[in-house]
Amino acid sequence: MSGNRVVGKPHRKVDATAKVTGRTLFAGDLSLPRMLHCKILRSHTAHGTIRSIDLTKALALPGVVAGLTGNDLPIPFGILPVSVDEHAVAIDKVRFTGDPVAAIAAETEEAALEAVRAIEVEIEPLAQIRSIEEGLAVEEPRIQDYGPRGNIHKLVNLEFGDVDEGFAEADLVREDIFFYGGNTHLAMEEHASVADWSPDGKLTLYSSTQTPHYVHRALSKVLEMPPARIRVIACPNGGGFGGKSDIFNHEIAVAYLARLTGRPVKIVLTREEVFYCHRGRHPVLMRVKTGVDRNGAIRAMAFDTLLDGGAYGSYGVASTFYTGALQTVTYDVKRYRFRGARLFTNKPPCGPKRGHGTPQPRFALEIQLDRIAEQLGLDPAEMRLNNLAPPNSVTANYLKIGTMGLGKCIEKVVEGSGWKEKFRMLPYGKGVGIACSSYLSGAGLPIYWNRMPHSGVSLKVDRGGGVAVFCGSTDIGQGSDSVLAYITAEVLGVDPMEIRVVTADTDLTPVDLGSYSSRVTLMTGNAALQAAEKAKDLLAKGAAKKLDVPAGELVFAAGRVFHAADPEKGISFAEAVGAAEALFGTIGTVGSYTPPATAGRFKGAGVGPSPAYSYSAAIAQVDVDMETGRVGVEKIWIGHDIGASINPTLVRGQVEGGVYMGLGEILMEDMAYREKRNVVHKTPGMLDYKSPTTLDMCDVETYLVEEPDPNGPFGAKEVGQGPLLPVPPAVANAVYDAVGVRIDEVPITPHKVMRALREKAATGEGRFGPKKFPSVDWGEPIAVAPPWEDGNGRPKEKKEDRG
Amino acid sequence: MRSERTIDGPGKIVLSFTVNGTGVEIAVARHKTLLEVLREDLGLTGTKHGCELGECGACTVILDGAPVLACLVPAAACTGARVETVEGMAVGPALHPLQDEFAEAGAAQCGYCTSGMLLAAKNLLESNRDPTRDEIRRALAGNLCRCTGYLQIYEAIERAAARMRGAT
Amino acid sequence: MLRLPDFQYHAPRTVEEAVALKVKHGANAAFVAGGTDLLPNMKRRIRKCGHLVDVSHIDELRSAGAFEGGLRLGAAVSLEEAASNEAVRTVCPAYAEAALLVATPTIRRMGTVGGNLCLDTRCLFYNQSYEWRKGIDFCMKADGTICRVAESSPKCIAVSSSDTAPVALAAGATIELCGPGGKRAVSADSFYLGDGIDYMAKKEDELLTALVIPDQTGAQSAYVKVRARGSIDFPVIGVAVWMRRRSSDAPVEDARVVLGAVFPDPREVPAAAEALIGRALDAESIRDAADAAFRAAKPVDNTDGALSWRKEMIRVSTKRALERLGSAR
Ligand SMILES: Cc1cc2nc3c(=O)[nH]c(=O)nc-3n(C[C@H](O)[C@H](O)[C@H](O)COP(=O)(O)OP(=O)(O)OC[C@H]3O[C@@H](n4cnc5c(N)ncnc54)[C@H](O)[C@@H]3O)c2cc1C
Ligand code: SF4
Ligand code: FES
Ligand code: FES
Repeated sequence: MSGNRVVGKPHRKVDATAKVTGRTLFAGDLSLPRMLHCKILRSHTAHGTIRSIDLTKALALPGVVAGLTGNDLPIPFGILPVSVDEHAVAIDKVRFTGDPVAAIAAETEEAALEAVRAIEVEIEPLAQIRSIEEGLAVEEPRIQDYGPRGNIHKLVNLEFGDVDEGFAEADLVREDIFFYGGNTHLAMEEHASVADWSPDGKLTLYSSTQTPHYVHRALSKVLEMPPARIRVIACPNGGGFGGKSDIFNHEIAVAYLARLTGRPVKIVLTREEVFYCHRGRHPVLMRVKTGVDRNGAIRAMAFDTLLDGGAYGSYGVASTFYTGALQTVTYDVKRYRFRGARLFTNKPPCGPKRGHGTPQPRFALEIQLDRIAEQLGLDPAEMRLNNLAPPNSVTANYLKIGTMGLGKCIEKVVEGSGWKEKFRMLPYGKGVGIACSSYLSGAGLPIYWNRMPHSGVSLKVDRGGGVAVFCGSTDIGQGSDSVLAYITAEVLGVDPMEIRVVTADTDLTPVDLGSYSSRVTLMTGNAALQAAEKAKDLLAKGAAKKLDVPAGELVFAAGRVFHAADPEKGISFAEAVGAAEALFGTIGTVGSYTPPATAGRFKGAGVGPSPAYSYSAAIAQVDVDMETGRVGVEKIWIGHDIGASINPTLVRGQVEGGVYMGLGEILMEDMAYREKRNVVHKTPGMLDYKSPTTLDMCDVETYLVEEPDPNGPFGAKEVGQGPLLPVPPAVANAVYDAVGVRIDEVPITPHKVMRALREKAATGEGRFGPKKFPSVDWGEPIAVAPPWEDGNGRPKEKKEDRG
Repeated sequence: MRSERTIDGPGKIVLSFTVNGTGVEIAVARHKTLLEVLREDLGLTGTKHGCELGECGACTVILDGAPVLACLVPAAACTGARVETVEGMAVGPALHPLQDEFAEAGAAQCGYCTSGMLLAAKNLLESNRDPTRDEIRRALAGNLCRCTGYLQIYEAIERAAARMRGAT
Repeated sequence: MLRLPDFQYHAPRTVEEAVALKVKHGANAAFVAGGTDLLPNMKRRIRKCGHLVDVSHIDELRSAGAFEGGLRLGAAVSLEEAASNEAVRTVCPAYAEAALLVATPTIRRMGTVGGNLCLDTRCLFYNQSYEWRKGIDFCMKADGTICRVAESSPKCIAVSSSDTAPVALAAGATIELCGPGGKRAVSADSFYLGDGIDYMAKKEDELLTALVIPDQTGAQSAYVKVRARGSIDFPVIGVAVWMRRRSSDAPVEDARVVLGAVFPDPREVPAAAEALIGRALDAESIRDAADAAFRAAKPVDNTDGALSWRKEMIRVSTKRALERLGSAR
């Protein structure tokens, strides 16, 4: 590491100046000549059959140019090939209040709004499915016409080893029920798109999307146009967090309207509409059973999860698997069972939010471990240290762990926070709590099945010394453009600020699957590294010839190429390019990255594998106001196993941002609906949906554990999502340490604390949380023997399928 | 001086005011907010919006020396006013110390809240050259950021304040 | 992007001009000061006004300071100015406290004393977009006929959410109005009507010109606000307490306890005052007063925060406000 000149140093981001001067152009900032404005009519009913839609009056209004209804675009789309259930606007049914019904393009946004209000729609209401329980119980009407039965979208039942036997051998078995409420990304930028149709029959879409490649594919399918005629440009995102990684109705709608009118069409959603796009955290009801021996070593674990999915599939199948996937990557679990079901309900669809599907089970597991430690009289930090999943191992559910720095993370936060002097020792009202987690550095498998690379980079160097990096990745604020520049600069020995980074443009850049799943640094980083190494190789050959030294002895640094033994003997980087061009012609290289093969060979094995896992441990210190129930989080100490940081400033920013979001989830954020009133969103705005202000955010102490991972570029693993995960349970455990009540439900609002405190005063024990877990017919499990029981990753019986 | 200028006609008014030190006279739709005029009529898209209801702070600009939420200011009310936006902070290529320190500290992740943050911070430093961490938190208490957790923003402001005082 | 409906803007320079403009355009016109309440409501199409009469440039409305032993705050004085005004901070620190707890620093610079007193009542079924409200088939306060919080309620029970109004009541303030028929003054107490739709005694065409707080010699007051976050949020409970006593151990001679964010008006709780008057301010009298405030309050489920918790917070906040007075001397 120490030899690096760029990587590992706190460089500015390549786009920092643009961002602080307001020059960065987000999709909503774009404006094209002759541009029209689009508005979408959304359903006022949560569930119903469309009897008629009449645009006549709307189209007759001044300034109105065109309209779109469902039958204009009958081909469905969806982010996952297994849940292709969306349309640009509804065809025959509306499935939640806010579901798009029609769209209008007009000369001004005002005219489009008037027109949308003039559209006449007749909807015949259907019974509404409003909760997990109703999703399980109500067979008819079905919100979607697929899924195993009724309103169940996905059902999973996986068993790795005989858990019942494991529980029988355990000294202590605990079963607890938890509920994690839904919340949303609330990126500051409201989604926006501009579509442009050119007279030669080509479409360009500028959009605030994290996944231009998937949008590109969907547009081609729905508009029935060859992909080569469509160009998708993802503008820098004003925050994403997973909320811009689906294909959205409005993106398709403006593309269609641009083609229809031959004019550019723009849409900027209102904040309320962003709440309807949602794709945020699934509300999950969980039942967790864990068996341990008297030293706290985990013998067996069984996780049951029920997800309130909302009205469409989105990433939901993956989300469902994720609620059961990573427990074993954190702790050594010898026998493991996971059963999960996702239900369709008449609400905006849930999907991937920072930590995709894993904060919910993390909350449950880490609180349960806290209880187990207490029952066994163990220090919860020590108990976790004794349960760590071993590095370089394969888990019961066939996930391959490489480097594993969780132990060091725990040690750092224990020491930094003064845990040993605080835990169970602070005055009543104050407390500390600990929790751990793990996360993927990119999914091991793509969303649609293929053998192509997940990430591609092409690199161009020119005789003027210029370097340009082209990559399909999207900068959503995490700094992915900068990471490409740092890595390339490191290899080629040039200033990262001199590198031109061109990203997220399907016409110009090689495919990258998108900014999701914490995949970008690792995957695009590896691709960039490969491309840069190839270029370096060519340049070294040219320089070697010119300088008459062996290519292997050349150093690339400070904009020069020189002899390691005699730095005076060298040429400028530009001269090296010239020398290489003379030898090989124009210099351009490519790099690509495909994750290593996965180990599981059962249905569902596709969700969970990753080239490398990051780890986090957090300790929260809280101050609970016993009269109001308000939880004040004073400080969070967080250790994160990053492998290696490409840029420590950006890494710290991701950690602190993750802590912030975790704090919002545990203390206040809540996607609440009015079940009896058309299931409207209770608070679709930034005032009443609570995001922590400066006065709600705590102090954060970050410790980075750097143990380079061989699969990461320069050893780097992810940091974009992992640090959120331990925060909610650490706070919940701290509340227990402070006032002795368990809040087993997210968010921990003051009234829940008060209820639990009152219960404690009356009965000696206080808890707020779900009490029942509905009975579910999970069907036959897919049984897979774990590696240590001579398993081979395949189901025990005949069935063989890939997930 | 402001004067009553009710301009009847086809829904437009003539607005004359000063934006980042330059006098502007422009006809705009009379129902527009300052936010809309800046972004749509003057091409100053550095001012952002996250709610258009006064709830997020992204649209903060300085109007006659005090910060306002541009989404809640009728443009018609700005006749004769002086408006400062993020585009007016840098002098030529020289960044304002706040901008420079924001860039250095990683205080702009996605950069969407940044313009509003910068202007709120600038206003703070104009009346308080050496704010405490707590004073900074209070001054930014209406500006939401979903990316940073605010800490790097505070650091940037502290460093800029020190620089502007000549302390570094 | 959410936009305003069409309107014409007027910037009168005098109170008379302002009133004349309002009279001329009638119900289709509205006074506006900081616009931080009116403009969001217009964007949501819950207020329709073709003419905005901006009163913030009227010099007469922009002065604040000591007045006849008390205070006089012009309607167009910003909350920030009011909160930092020396006279306000000495004469009635509770007003400054309440003003400083409103919204955000930027909104306090825009929002005004008068606008805060005239703040429209709020309700989670009402402060929503037209489209959203259509999903609940509207409600009595705008575009509909039934109250969605309490279907059988004959009147709207949207809550008074002003932070300064409870203090104005508690301090015995007077509100000055000027209409086409001339000037008049009403007590803050009779200014609010307790109906979520017709919430003020101010007539359509009357301009609120000033808030007058009488001589506060020997009086103490405090305001406690409960809200979800440390900033931005409206109160979900506000409690203003006011009392007069000769010394810190002397019995309370006169007292007022006013609840905000519970009813359509800032509501005085006489029983809470009675629990204090004639007694020393101690743990016992404070508890009795807090209990009385708790019993008097019937919050409904139309703000954020769980209902039962909000009710409980009335007791806690009343207690805390009174404790502050106890420790202040
Ligand atoms: C995000 C957000 C948070 C908020 N939080 C709070 C809070 O915590 N506490 C709180 O109290 N308020 C809060 N508010 C509401 C508002 O900002 C304040 O109440 C502010 O003081 C209103 O003053 P204004 O001058 O902006 O009112 P305006 O919007 O200009 O006017 C409000 C109403 O009063 C009328 N009016 C104004 N001035 C006069 C006058 N002189 N004579 C007659 N009628 C007049 C208007 O016609 C309008 O009906 C919040 C607002 C927002 C957007
Ligand atoms: S209290 Fe009832 S009538 Fe009043 S705004 Fe709320 S729902 Fe409407
Ligand atoms: S856009 Fe103005 S405050 Fe959010
Ligand atoms: S940097 Fe993204 S919202 Fe603040």
